Amino acid sequence: MQLPDAEAAYKNLSAQIRADHEKDFSLVGIRTGGAWVAERLHRELANAKPLGLLSTSFHRDDFAKIGLHTQTKPSEIPFDVNGAHILLIDDVLHTGRTIRAAINELFDYGRPASISLAILVDRHGRELPIAAQYSGTAFDLPQDEMLELQQNEQGKFSFRLYRKSRSE
Amino acid sequence: MINRNPQLDAQGALQHLLTTEGLPAAILLQILDTAESFVGVTERDVKKVPLLRGKSIFNLFFEPSTRTRTTFEIAAKRLSADVINLNIAVSAQSKGETLLDTVNNLSAMNADMFVVRHSQSGAAHLIAKHVRPDIHVINAGDGSHAHPTQALLDMFTIRRYKQDFRKLRVAIIGDILHSRVARSQIHALTTLGVPEVRVIAPKTLLPKMVERLGVHVYHDMTKGLKDIDVLMMLRLQKERMQGANLPSQEEYFKYYGLTSEKLALARHDAIVMHPGPMNRGVEIDSAVADGKQSVILPQVTFGIAVRMAVMSILAGQSVAKGIE
Repeated sequence: MQLPDAEAAYKNLSAQIRADHEKDFSLVGIRTGGAWVAERLHRELANAKPLGLLSTSFHRDDFAKIGLHTQTKPSEIPFDVNGAHILLIDDVLHTGRTIRAAINELFDYGRPASISLAILVDRHGRELPIAAQYSGTAFDLPQDEMLELQQNEQGKFSFRLYRKSRSE
Repeated sequence: MINRNPQLDAQGALQHLLTTEGLPAAILLQILDTAESFVGVTERDVKKVPLLRGKSIFNLFFEPSTRTRTTFEIAAKRLSADVINLNIAVSAQSKGETLLDTVNNLSAMNADMFVVRHSQSGAAHLIAKHVRPDIHVINAGDGSHAHPTQALLDMFTIRRYKQDFRKLRVAIIGDILHSRVARSQIHALTTLGVPEVRVIAPKTLLPKMVERLGVHVYHDMTKGLKDIDVLMMLRLQKERMQGANLPSQEEYFKYYGLTSEKLALARHDAIVMHPGPMNRGVEIDSAVADGKQSVILPQVTFGIAVRMAVMSILAGQSVAKGIE
C-alpha cells in the first residue's frame, strides 16, 4: 500500500497553522508521536509560549483491557491551562479515543478557553464525534492496519504500517 | 513450577503484593517507575485520575494503624476507587468470626482488592491463597514478617535522592528483631543491587543469623555509620521496653539514638529516613528529624504515589496478560 509522505503532510499542516497565526495558541503534543510533531512546530513557528506534553495513560478507556502503560512519561504542562487557547497536536487521528482521553487529561489542569486539534494524518474510522481543525493529509486504512509515525536522527518524519497482533 | 511465587501469576506478573522477598528486580522497578508518573497528579487542579473508577477496595485493618490506613485510602481515592474501611479489631472478630469467614463475606460484597494489616505473620498470604482469582491482596503489614509498600516507598525515596542503588552503602538502625519494615527493606535493597547493607543494633534487638539475609552486622554506631549514604531508622516500640531486651530508653538513646554528632560520622550528604511514627528522643533526636538531611516528610508524600502504583498495576493485571 502506498503510504502518504509524512514530510509533505507536515509541511502542509505547518502552513495551515501558520496561516492562522493570530490565534495565539499554546501548543500541546500527545506523547510520543504527537510530541515530536509539536516540538518541531513549536520550534519552526517560533511559538513564544511554553510547549506542553501530554500523556493519556491515566484516561485511556482500555485500561481495563490492557492495563497501565508505564513506558510513557507523565504529562508536563508548564503553563496555566485556565483561559488558554490550546492547540492539541497528535500524529495519527483514527478512532478519536486518544483525543477524548487527552481532553480529559487537559481538564485535570484547569479550564482552557478553547481546544483545537491539529493532526499529521487522518486515517478515518472515527468512533467518537471528534474532528481536526488542521490536518496534514487524509487517507483510508483498513481497521486491522496500524499506522505509526517515525522520526529519524535528522528529525525527518516517515510513516510505518504494521498489523494489529491478535493479543491486542 | 511447583514453588511458584504466590504473588505472581503464571505469566510472572504481579497478582498480589505480599512481601518484597523473592520479587524480581524488574517488578520492583516497574512499581517505582509507575509511581514516578503518579507523583505529579497531586500537584494538579484535579488530584484524581479515573483508572480505578468503579472498583471497590476494602481496607481490612485487624491491627490499629492511622498513617498506613490513611495513605492507602488517599491512594485509592486518587485513583477514583471506592474505599471501605473496616476496623476489624473492634468488629466481627470480637464476635467470634474467623478471618476467612470475614473475607468470604466481604468477597460476596464484590470486593476487587483487599489491603490487609494483621498482627499475625502470614495473614495476607492466607487471604491471598483463599480469595477468587480476580481479587488482589496487598499486605499492609503482617506481624514481624513484611511491610512491602513501606519498603517500596523507601526505595522510591532513596532513588529520588541518590539515583543509583549500585553505588550505595545503606544502614538500617534499631529494633531489627521485631521489625517487618526492616525485613522488607533488606530484601528490596539487596534485590535492587545495593552492594552493602548494614544493620546496627544491640544484640538483643537482632534476629539470630541475620547475616544470612546478606547484611553486615554492627553493634556500634561509630563504626557502623562510617561511609554510609542512607540511614534508615526504625521505630523503637515502647511496649518492647518493658521486656528484658533493653535497660531503659535513656540508655538506648545514648548508644543508638541518632543525634547530629552521630550523623556527622556518615557521609556529609547522607539522607535520614524513618517510617514513622517517630519517638523523638528515643531513636532519633529532634535536631536530626527536622534537620537538612531528613527526608522523613517526603517519604510520606511518596508513599501515596507508590501505593497508587501498586494498586493500579494490580488492577490493570486482572486482564492484561502478556501485552507489551
